[in-house]
Amino acid sequence: MAPILRLDDVHTDIAQYQILHGMSLEVPEGGVHVILGRNGAGKTTTLRTIMGLWKPRQGAIRFRDLDITKLQTPDIARLGIAFVPENMGIFGGLTIEENMRLASDDGSFDTERLARIHAIFPAIKQFWQKPAHALSGGQKQMLAISRAIIEKRDLILIDEPTKGLAPSIIRNMIAAFREIAEETTILLVEQNFHFAKALGQTVAVIDDGRIVHRGTMADLAGDAALQGRFLSLSVEA
Amino acid sequence: MTETTASLPTRIKADIERFGGVLWLPVVLAVVALILIGQPSTWATLTIAGLAMGMMIFLMASGLSLIFGLMDVLNFGHSAFVTAGAFIGATVLAWLGFWVTGGNPALNLTGLLLAIAAATIFGALAGWFFERVVIRPVYQDHLRQILITVGALIVAEELVLLVWGGAPIPVPRPQVLTGSIIFAGVSVEIYRIFAFLLGLLVYVAMYLLLNRTRLGLLIRAGVENREMVEALGFRVDRLFILVFMAGSALAAMGGAMWAGYQGLITAALGSEMMILVFIVVIIGGLGSIQGSLLGAILVGLMANYVAFLVPKMALASNMLLMMAILLWRPYGLLPAVKR
Amino acid sequence: MTMSQSNSALASKSGRDRVNASGWSGRALVYAAVGIIALALALAPFLFPDIRSQEVAARICVFIVLVASYDLLIGYTGIVSFAHTMFFGMGAYGTAIALKAMGPGFEAILLGGGAGIVAALVLALLIGLLSLRVKAIFFAMVTLSAASVMMVLASQLSDFTGGEDGITYSIPRLFSPATELLTDAEGRAMRLFGVPLNGKIALYYFVFVSALLLFLAMMRIVASPLGSVLQAIRENELRAEAIGYRVVFYRTTIFCIAAGIAATAGILRAVWLKYTGPDVVLSFDIMIDILLMVVIGGMGTMLGAVIGVVLMTLAQYYLKDLMALGAEATANLPLVPDLLNPERWLLWLGLGFILLVYFFPSGIVGTLLGKGGRK
Repeated sequence: MAPILRLDDVHTDIAQYQILHGMSLEVPEGGVHVILGRNGAGKTTTLRTIMGLWKPRQGAIRFRDLDITKLQTPDIARLGIAFVPENMGIFGGLTIEENMRLASDDGSFDTERLARIHAIFPAIKQFWQKPAHALSGGQKQMLAISRAIIEKRDLILIDEPTKGLAPSIIRNMIAAFREIAEETTILLVEQNFHFAKALGQTVAVIDDGRIVHRGTMADLAGDAALQGRFLSLSVEA
Repeated sequence: MTETTASLPTRIKADIERFGGVLWLPVVLAVVALILIGQPSTWATLTIAGLAMGMMIFLMASGLSLIFGLMDVLNFGHSAFVTAGAFIGATVLAWLGFWVTGGNPALNLTGLLLAIAAATIFGALAGWFFERVVIRPVYQDHLRQILITVGALIVAEELVLLVWGGAPIPVPRPQVLTGSIIFAGVSVEIYRIFAFLLGLLVYVAMYLLLNRTRLGLLIRAGVENREMVEALGFRVDRLFILVFMAGSALAAMGGAMWAGYQGLITAALGSEMMILVFIVVIIGGLGSIQGSLLGAILVGLMANYVAFLVPKMALASNMLLMMAILLWRPYGLLPAVKR
Repeated sequence: MTMSQSNSALASKSGRDRVNASGWSGRALVYAAVGIIALALALAPFLFPDIRSQEVAARICVFIVLVASYDLLIGYTGIVSFAHTMFFGMGAYGTAIALKAMGPGFEAILLGGGAGIVAALVLALLIGLLSLRVKAIFFAMVTLSAASVMMVLASQLSDFTGGEDGITYSIPRLFSPATELLTDAEGRAMRLFGVPLNGKIALYYFVFVSALLLFLAMMRIVASPLGSVLQAIRENELRAEAIGYRVVFYRTTIFCIAAGIAATAGILRAVWLKYTGPDVVLSFDIMIDILLMVVIGGMGTMLGAVIGVVLMTLAQYYLKDLMALGAEATANLPLVPDLLNPERWLLWLGLGFILLVYFFPSGIVGTLLGKGGRK
């Protein structure tokens, strides 16, 4: 099956700093795929480049058959790609309902999908009319993810969802993600190996702006030597 | 371990917060002014003048606040729209001659509305032009924005001088709005009531637009996080144009209203108001019309009270107010964005 | 519109990266031009002895100092301030009031001017500390408000400041045309190239030498470690903060330094004109002039201040005459004479300024020196 997303030799700069140096990546359709890397390796830059928020100096990005390298962010989103950024991108001054309305295609909600979200993330239903800035960190993350799934999307890009969250919440998120992944493709960027291990089918390790290892999660999880070589990461529980 | 009863100052502060917090500031100002002025009727006249002036400044400032909040664009040329609105409004009123100065209230109001509408529409069109030609090439570069918009301000003022000449222009006031009424022993100018009501109407309309429509939702979200709105699939640049046009139109409307208030206008009108408009935007905080309204009311009241008490300090008092508020709240009183 | 295109056009990259083919000859051109200007100014009383030219030359000297000190803020540190004329005015008014009250003597200049400088430093410190911790945009607005208030105060406290009409006063006898610096055998002022060596020359050289010293001091500052820190702050504030520079401290420092220098320029202007009023030191027009000059010359280049000031001053004085001629010549056509009316000078200036900011954001000297770049 053709990959849903493909990066070819992408170089991205921010101001005068080169961040991505020839990043090449293929994301198969369906399931959860992880990019692992430490701070500053270029994980966020990769997602932002895909999303069109930063334009690459060189290289190409293809979504299915379409070259999206030069597209503007709104057009990329409309292709069916959702983005959950590192800082969650929640609109604090708006209520949860208003946040969700922005994510729906025309302002109305598919009742079934909304019900599913309420089931996975009860807090969404509970604080429906509350302003989003009143939510806890974990709840904000749930809102961010809910926004990404209120409409069916083909690809969801998620940047470090577990950052700063308590282990119990992380456990819940693993279950939620598994459910979500059944109907879409998730490209997950993470530092937390444990979380990645629990979810990911394939993994690519990023260092210094390029991919230094790619393979299945099972292989990496089972090979301690490999882990030692590529991952000086936090091994959080 | 937490105490079971918070200290008295904390409780008072919490109570104040619960009942509106900073919204009490104008009330406090008014009360202090009453004490200093002494005579209630004078105070009442000044207060109404301050509220009316505040509303007109609100019209001029709210657009700037939203534009800056949403687009991160600082338009030092904003006051050019105020000037343009004032002159166009004055010119239309002069053209309509008898409609406006005659005794038929219906014609008066029609004339007035036409004048305001002309100014507002011009503001919107000029705003569209301005955004495309002046602002768009320098997005994200604050330094060049400031420089270019200052240049645009100069050019705009010169154009006004070119078209209308340098002599002050008298502004005919619609007959139905001239004069005052006596209410509870206080003399109240009818025009001021009208200005206040119009401003209030605009505020309500803006509030409804921002909070009850999808467009308003987009704007409020965009003010907080433009990128995320784009990542959700919306063309923020189209939003920009709309907001810019609306902001410029409002500024022009404010200018037209101010022209009617002053009775005599010069090309320097925009620059004169610019300081107050900026003070309002800073005090109120970026990106929120509530902030702009609060700031405008404060500035309007302050200007009028101080003009009566210590005439030479009128402008300085507002600057001191701004510095004081900045010390306390570096982002303004009710900002929608804390960048 | 995305981040990587965020325009750092005004962040000058180091000479290493950006020396291009024209860089070498560009440099030569700039240095030559500045050299010629310096020479012309140094010999101005002898080269251009008529009164109007003398005024132009003195004005150029003062404005070079004023604009260069403004460039310290906007070009080197990235601070936009509209309060510069305020500090200029404080130095001028301090001197003027002292000269009027204490009589024409150097003590008055020292005392009044000194007071003006101190007041400027204090005010700069207050504004700086207060506002530099808020957004840059708010800071610009605060300085605008402060300058406006100062203008209103100057015209309203007329007992003190002479109000709208300003103050006239006499200056030390040394600078009077009647004073002979060197006398010849007949007891009259000796002449050099036909120009009498009297107090007027002394006055000009007082202005010229002071301006030169101030300018050299600023070049020194820019080349010093302080200068490097400021540029680091302008290029990337977060990074500078992360490296350990307390950004607020440095910004406030340079703001005060620039204010003090502007005030000193005010002293020079006050002494030269024998008159101080809102229209010559405080008006918004002067602030616009400064902005234009610094952009035309090139932000972030000291030499740019020299070029910018000279170009604009010459243009202001002589282009207006040209426009007047043009307006007369086209008097029978419809719109044209109105457009060419020399009072509409600002219209063309404004348009030119806008075009400049679009196409040559690094100004003349900046472009010639190959600094910065447009994206």
